[in-house]
Amino acid sequence: MTELFVILIATVLVNNFVLVRFLGLCPFMGVSRNLEAAAGMSLATGFVLTLSSATAYLLHEYVLVPLELEYLRTITFILVIAASVQFTEIMVRRVSPLLDQVLGIYIPLIATNCAVLGVALLNVQQSTGFVQSVFYGLGAAGGFALVLVMFAAIRERLDAADIPAPFRGTAIALMTAGIMSLAFIGFSGMARL
Amino acid sequence: MWIAVVTIAVIALIAGLALSFASRKLPSDPADLVEQINDLLPQTQCAQCGYAGCRPYAAAIANDHEAINLCPPGGDDTLRRLATLLGKDVIPLAEAPPEGHAVAVIDESLCIGCMHCRTACPVDAIVGAQQLMHTVIEQECTGCKLCIAPCPVDCISMRTV
Repeated sequence: MTELFVILIATVLVNNFVLVRFLGLCPFMGVSRNLEAAAGMSLATGFVLTLSSATAYLLHEYVLVPLELEYLRTITFILVIAASVQFTEIMVRRVSPLLDQVLGIYIPLIATNCAVLGVALLNVQQSTGFVQSVFYGLGAAGGFALVLVMFAAIRERLDAADIPAPFRGTAIALMTAGIMSLAFIGFSGMARL
Repeated sequence: MWIAVVTIAVIALIAGLALSFASRKLPSDPADLVEQINDLLPQTQCAQCGYAGCRPYAAAIANDHEAINLCPPGGDDTLRRLATLLGKDVIPLAEAPPEGHAVAVIDESLCIGCMHCRTACPVDAIVGAQQLMHTVIEQECTGCKLCIAPCPVDCISMRTV
């Protein structure tokens, strides 16, 4: 139990995939213009992250390792991720047409989100069991959601702020991301995986 | 080498089969049906069916088995098309509202020609130009009452015909 909690803390805060490992920066910049889209995007990405890190672990442990095909890890995981993204798209369309309208074009982009592949790869390198790897994916999803929603909220505030002309738009967004990243460095050393 | 090729192929095959199974067996897409029903409704957004607009009513028909005869602006035509689409029996329109078939009437002596009601009318039943008085084409009016609120001089009233 404690171990699972440590995994969660480690992935959400200490080794946050976006702000500390710098994975998945494209949705972080691209889908953070407004809070609703950001929240939906983090839900969808979280679903894919958890699903794909679990399936990736199972495939790695019970198919690739017994057949001594570990070198096929990356391509297999890409396959798994593409399939789970497609599955998520079908699910979202069936379950919530409204969310589908908001996220429609962003969902296929999850497939190219490097955080998803990164989490799957890092996961099989260090995780020790199925439950742990599910929590690893869950934590990564939580961390991604946390920073994406926070960043979107800040950017919504920034829209109303009086920003000097040269800094408007992407420039101030990048600076904000940098400052947030600095803040998250403050967690380093709190938990170790 | 062959083991690698076969493994990848099998994994891809399984993923493909799972996806095709998911897209077929998951409950059929309610959004599609809502879209189709919504296309048949007159889009007057008059809320006489008791829902906020045509789309919510379409969603209620698709998801909650709401009656299909609640749309006075659509009339019998819409009712028949809905019945065909959903495989239901054609039933008479639900009881007309107490005032019968209502139409909007503009008191032309008060009208200031502001165009607000013309913009609001979903079925283009109001004619008139800027600074000139407007009037309602009685045959076109569906009685949706959407022109009453925008009128700044309150010169529009509902009258039964």
